[in-house]
Amino acid sequence: MTSARRKPYGVKGAPYAFLIPATVLFLLFFALPIGYAIWLSFRKVKVSGLGLGSGARREVWAGLENYTAALTDSELVNGALRVLGYGCIVVPVMLGLALLFALMLDSDKVRFAPFTRLAIFLPYAIPGVVAALLWGFLYLPDVSPFYFVLDRLGLPQPDLLDGGPLYLALSNIAVWGGTGFNMIVIYTSLQAIPAEVHEAAKLDGATPLQIALKIKIPMVAPSLVLTFFFSIIATLQVFNEPTTLKPLTNSVSTTWSPLMKVYQDAFGKGDIYAAAAQATIIALATLLLSFGFLRAANRRQKQEAAR
Amino acid sequence: MPNTKRTRLVASTIAVALGATALAACGSSDSDSEAESGPVSLTYWTWTPGMDKVVDLWNKGPGKKDRITVTVKKQASGDTLVTKILTAHKAGQAPDLVQAEYQALPTLVSNDAVADIAGEVGDAKDKFADGVWQQTTLGTDAVYAVPQDIGPMMFYYREDLFKQYGLKVPATWEEFAETARALKKKAPDKDLTTFSANDSGLFAGLAQQAGAKWWTTSGEKWKVGIDDAASQKVAKFWGDLVKEGAVDNQPMYTPAWNKALNTGKQIAWVSAVWAPGTLTTAAPDTKGKWAMAPLPQWSDSANVTGSWGGSSTAVTTDSDHKAAAAKFAAWLNTDGDALNALAKESGIYPASTSAQLSGAFTTPPDYFSNQVDFYKTAAEIAETTAPSAWGPNVNVAYTTFKDAFGEAAKNKSDFAAALKTMQDDTVADLKKQGFEVSE
Repeated sequence: MTSARRKPYGVKGAPYAFLIPATVLFLLFFALPIGYAIWLSFRKVKVSGLGLGSGARREVWAGLENYTAALTDSELVNGALRVLGYGCIVVPVMLGLALLFALMLDSDKVRFAPFTRLAIFLPYAIPGVVAALLWGFLYLPDVSPFYFVLDRLGLPQPDLLDGGPLYLALSNIAVWGGTGFNMIVIYTSLQAIPAEVHEAAKLDGATPLQIALKIKIPMVAPSLVLTFFFSIIATLQVFNEPTTLKPLTNSVSTTWSPLMKVYQDAFGKGDIYAAAAQATIIALATLLLSFGFLRAANRRQKQEAAR
Repeated sequence: MPNTKRTRLVASTIAVALGATALAACGSSDSDSEAESGPVSLTYWTWTPGMDKVVDLWNKGPGKKDRITVTVKKQASGDTLVTKILTAHKAGQAPDLVQAEYQALPTLVSNDAVADIAGEVGDAKDKFADGVWQQTTLGTDAVYAVPQDIGPMMFYYREDLFKQYGLKVPATWEEFAETARALKKKAPDKDLTTFSANDSGLFAGLAQQAGAKWWTTSGEKWKVGIDDAASQKVAKFWGDLVKEGAVDNQPMYTPAWNKALNTGKQIAWVSAVWAPGTLTTAAPDTKGKWAMAPLPQWSDSANVTGSWGGSSTAVTTDSDHKAAAAKFAAWLNTDGDALNALAKESGIYPASTSAQLSGAFTTPPDYFSNQVDFYKTAAEIAETTAPSAWGPNVNVAYTTFKDAFGEAAKNKSDFAAALKTMQDDTVADLKKQGFEVSE
């Protein structure tokens, strides 16, 4: 056996042999399901007569029907708009806080840094559904300790599960859970900035604020781009939080976010074909948006580097 | 040579495995014939708690004699299980037996997922009320399932608080509205009940009581009657109560709802026979203070109720042992011992009429120990259940209900418009699938 491996063709074939497991797994569990979903998105069901009894239901070719239906469905568009509004709150607040915390932890004067870092990171370790449930209980006026305190103090008690405040309530859950992760990413790259850069700035008389604004933030720009990229994708795919809050209020519909609509169509209404088409559209939109952003960010960085 | 030994072991293992497959193949090809011979093993998807213990009775008793072994695979309830069954059926891998809610049967039948077992279980017909049995035949000569439990609707109220506020148990819906208003006058921070948009079964049951027939067939066409006069009456009734603030508009089954029931902020609940179980967990502190009465009626002379919940046991078309599976389904839902065990272990209210007054149902549920004749009254109410009319896309109607009525309840806006949305979406979905729909 060992002698065979020394033969030239064996050496040539070895890399491919090593690739086989990964390739097979990729094809079986990644490419194939995606291909199947796309195939389904071009199909539909056709019932004849009352639809009772065997053979009354056939799968037929639908062409682009599912896609035109999805694109003209106002609920999907409204869902996208709702998610856009939600994202406009979540992404800036979460990344702003993450950057602020990272800079504070990175400054020389901070105490209990390891503990604080862990405390800020900890919510990320809590599963999204659990976090949403927990916050959901805190938002419900009848069971929330916050409302109890507000009531005792005679302060107004806003309904957090309705209208505009609902967006804040949902965003709060995402910010609470996501800030820690983004902070760690930014903080790690802050730590990678060579100490002599800080020292030089300090010797030149720069204040800590100036160092943060003029040195640290530009130098961690790549991590900011990365966290922004992740946050956009997470926002477009928001599902856990609104789904968990849905049973608690009339304000979150079953189609609140685009992914919820996909889920609803596939598992509530049993129309996997429409759901597959919508999922494909959402995947494409996510791809376009996130890579568009990445390209724009890269171009800017190259321009700055050229300057 | 250590290698040879291992190779031989592997080879023999494969041989054994192949042999087993061959045997299994023999078994399954044999079983299609009428006379079952040899041991049969069946898989059963159900969400009923404690079902494994009931099935144990079968496996140790009649099942042992007939050499039919049933294995329970615990599932999530309701709509999600329907999707799972349909997906499994698509792959030809559905289990032999499934639990299915009555309103899901047309969907399962229309996907050719459940088998006609009229030949095997047809004799069981007289064990059930006509309205219950009819739900498993879909009005045809076929029988697609054996009824297991039912959910006749009833009115639950806080006996002590009704007395305290000088309220009378409403016999009609008109009185119900007056009771709600009277309570608001006496205790503005309390509500008689809430209109909840997160369980479509409640509204469907109320419409059924009013005489609605949501899906009917004429010839080869379906007719959708969600927006019919009876449903409109029910929608308008609750819409008006919500609008004037006589009842609350927040959903059920939330921590806030539990608290409202437990502290007497809400003092009544339109529910079904399974309410004692829900109240035990939702409002533990008020045990013994509740009472049950028939649902309010739409006219003085009427005596009819709707149903909310209930399920059946069906045999799938994928099963290789349909006769054996049907035999088990019939035993589970008609045998005295099985029904007693179902009542004890799973707390279900049986569809079988003879079981409704025997065994576990001779004494009231623990939570209602103050109402000695609880199950006697329940059985009398169950007899008055209106016939139901389910169609092949109940899931779509139910989903639309949640969104349309949730929105209307929140905004205290027109419930009639929400009902229209529900009708339109249901018809549009039927047409999209290719069903013939008569307008």
